[in-house]
Amino acid sequence: MSINGWLQIAVTLALVLAVVLPLGRFMAALFTGERTFLHPILSHVERGFYDAAGIDPAQEQGWTSYAMAMLAFSAAGFAALYAILRLQGVLPLNPMGLPGVAPDLAFNTAVSFLTNTNWQAYSGEVTLSPLSQMAGLAVQNFLSAATGIALAMAVTRAFARSGASGLGNFWVDMTRATLYILLPLSIVVGLAFVALGVPQTLGGAMDANTLEGASQVIPLGPLASQEAIKQLGTNGGGYFNANSAHPFENPSALSNILAIWAMLAISAALPITFGRMVGSERQGWALLSAMAVLLIGGVALVYWAETAGNPIITALGVDPSLGNMEGKEIRFGQAMSALFVAVTTGLSCGAVNAMHDSLTPLGGLVPLLLIQLGEVLPGGVGSGLYGMVVFCVLAVFVAGLMVGRTPEFLGKKIEAREIRLAVLAVLILPLVILGFTALAATLPAALSSLNNQGPHGLSELLYAYSSAAGNNGSAFAGLNANTPWFNTTLGIAMMLGRFAYVLPVLAIAGSLASKTRVEASSGTFPTTSLLFVGLLVGVILILGGLQFFPALALGPIVEHVLMHASATF
Amino acid sequence: MTHLRPAITLLALFTLLLGLAYPLVLTGIASALFPHQSQGSPVVVGDQLIGSSLIGQAFAEPGYFHPRPSAGGYDPMASGGSNLGPTSAKLIERIKAEATPGIPADAVTTSASGLDPDISPENALSQVARVAKARGMPEDTIRALVQAQTESRLWGLIGEPRVHVLALNLALDALTQ
Repeated sequence: MSINGWLQIAVTLALVLAVVLPLGRFMAALFTGERTFLHPILSHVERGFYDAAGIDPAQEQGWTSYAMAMLAFSAAGFAALYAILRLQGVLPLNPMGLPGVAPDLAFNTAVSFLTNTNWQAYSGEVTLSPLSQMAGLAVQNFLSAATGIALAMAVTRAFARSGASGLGNFWVDMTRATLYILLPLSIVVGLAFVALGVPQTLGGAMDANTLEGASQVIPLGPLASQEAIKQLGTNGGGYFNANSAHPFENPSALSNILAIWAMLAISAALPITFGRMVGSERQGWALLSAMAVLLIGGVALVYWAETAGNPIITALGVDPSLGNMEGKEIRFGQAMSALFVAVTTGLSCGAVNAMHDSLTPLGGLVPLLLIQLGEVLPGGVGSGLYGMVVFCVLAVFVAGLMVGRTPEFLGKKIEAREIRLAVLAVLILPLVILGFTALAATLPAALSSLNNQGPHGLSELLYAYSSAAGNNGSAFAGLNANTPWFNTTLGIAMMLGRFAYVLPVLAIAGSLASKTRVEASSGTFPTTSLLFVGLLVGVILILGGLQFFPALALGPIVEHVLMHASATF
Repeated sequence: MTHLRPAITLLALFTLLLGLAYPLVLTGIASALFPHQSQGSPVVVGDQLIGSSLIGQAFAEPGYFHPRPSAGGYDPMASGGSNLGPTSAKLIERIKAEATPGIPADAVTTSASGLDPDISPENALSQVARVAKARGMPEDTIRALVQAQTESRLWGLIGEPRVHVLALNLALDALTQ
């Protein structure tokens, strides 16, 4: 670790912090129906969309109707994307003449982009045409992110409103999130990416003759437009196989900072939006502090582990001063690779600028654990916020148990129904991850996909199901996941991770919205205090993390010990 | 199903807006404002397209500086890393075959993209003797060229010190001619 490394990390995080307040307040204004500075340009488009779709923007939806609208929209998105992928061979804008995508891979990919996971069992450069990338994947990059923001706003209103039956209108929330937040930011960030070297063209490939006279075919495409929403929407599905490590997707140290900034900006601003809408910006800062403590802890552990390097390689005489360079790019260095590793998994982004499979055991433990904690640090756009609210509900419940009072959060009494639903939600992740991993670990058909043996092989399986269920999308990419077994089970894990999680959360929201808000009294546990932040961090670690400890012990932790004993597999 | 019409209509409208209009408009603006970058930063010498300044390429001749090992052999159609873990016997065997005492780590490790265009300054300096011998030139001349081609951190803060292999080799050829 170096001072320069930490300074680069600090500068990047400071750039994020600089937009948290204005962006958070802007989103709060937008979702409470106020006019913003973008309305003169965009409100006509917005109204036109509602008219064409027969939507009454003033109509309120209860939690079931809100959930049904979200599911209907997701189902339509799945059908359209699946069709585009299967029919790719006969559709236009296919300069390399790529064939249609196989059924199991098309299913996996459609579910993956629909659920904001963006797990990729294929290599973009040899599988997908520009049309599939633009009209198929990029559209879902926007819409799955907008759906996440909409759901977070529904949950926010459960606390902002008193005695209400409605949580807002899904169509309105989703449309506004796309038109006023994701699209304008994508245009600005996309152009900045081009300026920094990311290609944006409809041309197919460059045919070059290298200096030594070999032929080199370099694929191009509309990368920058994709890259912008891939980061801003915490999607993470790369245009190319190497994702944000590819020099076209991430050409320089500056584009790397922009990529990290774009991943974090909206998710870090949403707690402020939440705080403002529930009438306590301090609450937003309290949530953000808890997220920051855990995230920066994760960054520090990866940075330390990767600069400490691999003792087996050092013993071969290799100079250890650069740290563990397997699977890393020179232009990013250890500090900014470590920051990317932690941010992409503390969020539910899943873009990678270093290969997670080749991280040291403890360096690889961090992204695995951050996903398993539920990706609330600060989490995917929207999904991070509603995940954090579930942890808040559980934290005040734990506090209530300790002092023997009915727990409240932001003036809403938390009762048995809400706790049951919250526990149901947090059990989905361990159930899906550990269940499928255990199953895969016993099946020869699954084990033959491993790229690494020994404890690292278990880590590959554990990472795949964590990434899918957590809707992250990054991978220990050595695993050959493009098999019917993995395409199917990972697809199911992604669906459960998104929908089986969010339905109980919406049910909590519906039940809380209808309760009347009680004023804080002397017996109310203050939820903006440092004590609460500490409690929240503890609840996230214990409730989110502890159930995974045995699996982590058998994977990365035992590998760390074996690496220091020079064992190889 | 009251939700069917809004679902299908909005999906169609957003596909047109986000899937076609957005990338096409961005392509138009990008090609007007940044014609070089938007086309993949091509490197043209004379009338020959040599490659892209962002994408690493393979060099094996002793008279050129060599890039890092690549899991995909610098084929841009096969980007990616080795994905070998830290206790992989394959990884350790591969490095053992290449390692010499004190060799910089990036000279024996594959990058994440398999297309890393850069090497560390230490790696470049460790190749000076071989290049000088193959070209029949004094080592000091080659070493001075490496130092001139070494990029430092932006504003002394951002990024890592590095040497761009293709730029260095082009400068090397220019020096010889």
